[in-house]
Amino acid sequence: MITTQAVEFKVNGESHKLEVFPMARLLDVLREQLQLTGAKEGCGEGECGACTVIIDGRIVNSCLVPVAQVNGSEITTIEGVARSDHLHAVQQAFIDHGGAQCGICTPGMILAAIDLLERNPEPTEDDIRNGLAGNLCRCTGYMKIFESVVRACRK
Amino acid sequence: MSHPIGKSFPRKEGRKKVTGQAVYVDDLSFPGMLHGATVRSPSARGRITKISFEGDIPWDEFTVVTAKDVPGANYVALILNDQPYLAADFVNHPEEPVVLLAHRDKYLLEEARRNVHIEIEEQPAIFTLEDSLAKKEIIWGEDNVFKAFLVDKGNVDEAWAGADLIVEGEYETGAQEQLYIENNGAIAIADPAEGVTVWGSMQCPYYVHKALVKLFDLADEKIRIIQTETGGGFGGKEEYPSLIAGHAALLAWKSGKPVKLIYDRAEDMVATTKRHPSRTRHKTAVTKDGKLLAMEIDFVIDGGAYCTLSPVVLSRGTIHAAGPYFCPNVRIHSRAVATNLPPQGAFRGFGAPQSIFALERQMDRVAQAVGLSLEEFRRRNFIHEGETTATSQVIREPVNMDHLLTRALQLSDYHSKREEFTRNNLKSNGHFAKKRGIGFATFMHGAGFTGSGEVYLQSVVSAEATAEGNVRILAASTEIGQGTNTIFSQIASEALGIDFDSIEIVQPDTSRVPNSGPTVASRTSMIVGKLVESAVTGLKQTLIGSGLLPPSYGQSEFKRACGEYIARFGSLKTSSTYQPPPNVHWDDEKYQGDAYGAYAWAVYVAEVSFDELTYEAHVENFVALQEVGRVLNPVLAAGQIEGGVAQAIGFTLFENVVWKDGRMANNQMTNYIIPTPADIPPIRVYFEENPYAYGPGGAKGIGELPMDGPAPAILSAIENATGVSFNRVPLMPEMLMKGVFAE
Amino acid sequence: MRACVPNYHLTTPATLADALALLESEPGVWKPFAGGTDLMVLLEAGKLVHRNYINIWGLNELRGIEATDTYITLGALTTYTEVQANPILRREFPMLCQAASETGGLAIQNRGTLGGNIINASPAADSPPALLAYDAEIQLVSTRGSRWLPYQGFHTGYKQMHIGPDEMLARIRLPRNTADVKHYYRKVGTRKAQAISKVCFAAVGRTDREQIEDTRIVVGSVAPIVIRCVQTEDSLRQQKPDDETIRIACASLFREISPIDDIRSTAKYRSQVATNLLVDFLATLRA
Repeated sequence: MITTQAVEFKVNGESHKLEVFPMARLLDVLREQLQLTGAKEGCGEGECGACTVIIDGRIVNSCLVPVAQVNGSEITTIEGVARSDHLHAVQQAFIDHGGAQCGICTPGMILAAIDLLERNPEPTEDDIRNGLAGNLCRCTGYMKIFESVVRACRK
Repeated sequence: MSHPIGKSFPRKEGRKKVTGQAVYVDDLSFPGMLHGATVRSPSARGRITKISFEGDIPWDEFTVVTAKDVPGANYVALILNDQPYLAADFVNHPEEPVVLLAHRDKYLLEEARRNVHIEIEEQPAIFTLEDSLAKKEIIWGEDNVFKAFLVDKGNVDEAWAGADLIVEGEYETGAQEQLYIENNGAIAIADPAEGVTVWGSMQCPYYVHKALVKLFDLADEKIRIIQTETGGGFGGKEEYPSLIAGHAALLAWKSGKPVKLIYDRAEDMVATTKRHPSRTRHKTAVTKDGKLLAMEIDFVIDGGAYCTLSPVVLSRGTIHAAGPYFCPNVRIHSRAVATNLPPQGAFRGFGAPQSIFALERQMDRVAQAVGLSLEEFRRRNFIHEGETTATSQVIREPVNMDHLLTRALQLSDYHSKREEFTRNNLKSNGHFAKKRGIGFATFMHGAGFTGSGEVYLQSVVSAEATAEGNVRILAASTEIGQGTNTIFSQIASEALGIDFDSIEIVQPDTSRVPNSGPTVASRTSMIVGKLVESAVTGLKQTLIGSGLLPPSYGQSEFKRACGEYIARFGSLKTSSTYQPPPNVHWDDEKYQGDAYGAYAWAVYVAEVSFDELTYEAHVENFVALQEVGRVLNPVLAAGQIEGGVAQAIGFTLFENVVWKDGRMANNQMTNYIIPTPADIPPIRVYFEENPYAYGPGGAKGIGELPMDGPAPAILSAIENATGVSFNRVPLMPEMLMKGVFAE
Repeated sequence: MRACVPNYHLTTPATLADALALLESEPGVWKPFAGGTDLMVLLEAGKLVHRNYINIWGLNELRGIEATDTYITLGALTTYTEVQANPILRREFPMLCQAASETGGLAIQNRGTLGGNIINASPAADSPPALLAYDAEIQLVSTRGSRWLPYQGFHTGYKQMHIGPDEMLARIRLPRNTADVKHYYRKVGTRKAQAISKVCFAAVGRTDREQIEDTRIVVGSVAPIVIRCVQTEDSLRQQKPDDETIRIACASLFREISPIDDIRSTAKYRSQVATNLLVDFLATLRA
């Protein structure tokens, strides 16, 4: 058994210095040590995207990132998307157009959608299908997720 | 704000969900909490000879629970009470729970789990329904049969003689994993003096309550079950939560600490319930004009090792087996049998997707035998108002399947596409082609519990006013993504004439809410929603009756009246109990009569492509048309249909449970394939409304309906594309290849 | 999540030299850990047997894409996202870009690396067929120096490869000679996105008038390693892709691959589809 080590990184603009096991999943560190429970475990294998966060501007599956590798990084989770009370256009669109049903895939889906729109502000439906291909939803059949993203980019 | 019913109010708890604030069971944590883990049988069947605790593990730090620690009765109270919480001497399926462990350190817990060895003296096991029927081994009861039904209408035996044509067919469906994205989980606090409280991901808090009362042999008030935000259920969290909640509670009971027990995906897939595999044999007699004379249907489902809900799944599958057609002579013989697979359970559709798949494939086959188009054959046999179903239920509403079929085929451009595809598919240009096909299915789905089920449930909903004039709805019906909170709020808002935001939905907690029945069977809007309407109407009537509110009022008057009433009398609360509609008669012995209060009617059309190089079939376009009584919330209703169609596409073309010695070998999302956004076609949803008098606003139930139609519609389309009739789902490319070569 | 995380070392050296020194000091004890998209899956399944890892994710010496007239050279830590973004790769090595775009979803592509993919050595890997078809070479480094070798022949058996316990994969390079070549890449998986392949086919061919001058045919998921079908290639060189040639090539392919039945698919299916892909590829050469 090894000892913990110090890791420093920013989450949603706030700096944190934590004692962690280096191989601990970033997902667990966020949820358990920082109480940021928005990222979810759906599969533990990088298939479902429910654990999606943004690290240094790119979406990743936080269940596949050992925390030692985010030393010095900037991370955005779903909790960092809204600006105090003001929801992001994608969040509002998901509420208005049925993009969320049970909600468990929603944080990851929203981050993936935001990432998509930042890279491609006017995606076609095919672009949206491919951009969100790493986020599985079992409730919606995806149709209203696509619609929510389309409506969000019109804003 | 006037007339909220029929409008797309945004999801009541939507803001929480899009900001990551919604609290699911794994998001909760209690001081001093332990983590729990389950150690499971490595064998399918046999006698437990030894349980040993090995390795370099500080076992004295662990809470260990086995069958002998159960304070009350060691079975999961449900229907037949045959499933133990923990196997005592014998195991009957792989992954059957045997030992529970708890420890503060979740990492050490995993090491410990790996080091508990369960030795089994194996006995011969059976893994298919064929082997069970053949009684290769008797593994349950006298004959492996959990339940059997016989529906007998008219005289089938005499009808064969008069038939111009008799057509037979055999159809099969495989297991399907619900794959809610949130795994099963529970947190429990337990104390012999105080009682047991469990928080968990679940559909039916009162099912869990009933089970824990027996497990702990405690009075009703000592067990408290609270539903946390639930990340999908689809039936997979109908009865399974009773098991995991009991396990968490047993560990809490023994350790004296809160215990959190959450499955990871591998465990959830390998150990929890799935859709019952099925085999259906059809024998159909028709006249040369294509009129149905007789249907003989043998319907068998594989229930796994314990009974769980098999009798009810069988019931629904049986009643739906003859579909939306009129046939004067029908015999349905159905059985749910035991195998040494982990017990199967509820999954959206609950037997109907299985029997409807077989029926619609058979109808295609009969149409072809008679020489009629697939469409014309249906038209000559659709049931109409005044005619009787297979259970001799007289249809007492205007049903127009003919019109629905015409409209669906028009919306999907069926005729010209079918002609075009058939023509193009015949062309061969030496290259690997993408063949196209289009097909449809016509079906119905009954909402609510079968027959006298709703009467038996005696569902209750309460409504209470707050001093500020808000109205709280107290029901055990859970929000699992389908929109319970929003629909109940709209119904209450409409009935009271106050705004949507003034309605609060109380979190389902058995210490606070009455039992409005389980969140299953497409009943939540239709049955429980009606009770919401009557409960709040009772509040209104009490206020008016007290003289504090005039019969015609505005929102502010309503709120003021609530405040005054409560100041004067202390509280304002009403309850409403289920009353069956008049003239609904069901005979449980003969399995005859009015099976369901209401049916939703549907026609689905699927367009597919078939890749000759890879033998893959993909759904390219989909039209879903259904008559549902009343659309309470268009966005939510369409969401239900789209989600159900996507799951059914998975059931048809992607989701294959690979069994190895009774165990799901592909228990990872990498290898159990559900559709991604790239795999789902545009799904176009259309509704018609023929109001059901006893549903709120006229609504019928729709949650399960979309699961029934896609599989046969897709296979009909694939037959159009390839010329090959396939009769089994899931239909994987490997089987498509086989079938195409065989032709 | 089945792992006892405190049992795993993940040490972060500051430079590549430090990482190599560690490998040399305790050969066989340490293994490199790149993006984690394979290793973390094993960890969570409780199947990560090895316990001591060197975190190379931050080593910039292993990043970057450089091009000369003769080669394009990619650092071992080049991610699938970086592959797809490179204009030279898009223009001259489209199969590698296609493979990268079909590897998992975007979240995987942002973290998965070519080096990790090669060393993980799954026979179902998506990029190696393209790399082999493009005659890739790889550079192994250690404290003793560095060496370039053809990627062809690097893998000798299931998860076996010609790499010493003190060596690390540093770079991959592709000769820039695809100007007049036809590319054909197809991954046949379990669904349209995020799928493990059942058959993965990468081929290039150069024709002169109607004859096949040269070709590379590589198939994945049909053997313990990704295989270059050299006999099939031989049967096609200097031949016209007419019906008879195609028939002979298919027979050769059938003999060169050894697919199995497994949890995802069957040997029969893989064989048939691999053959169909070859036929389809040859049809594109005819056109």
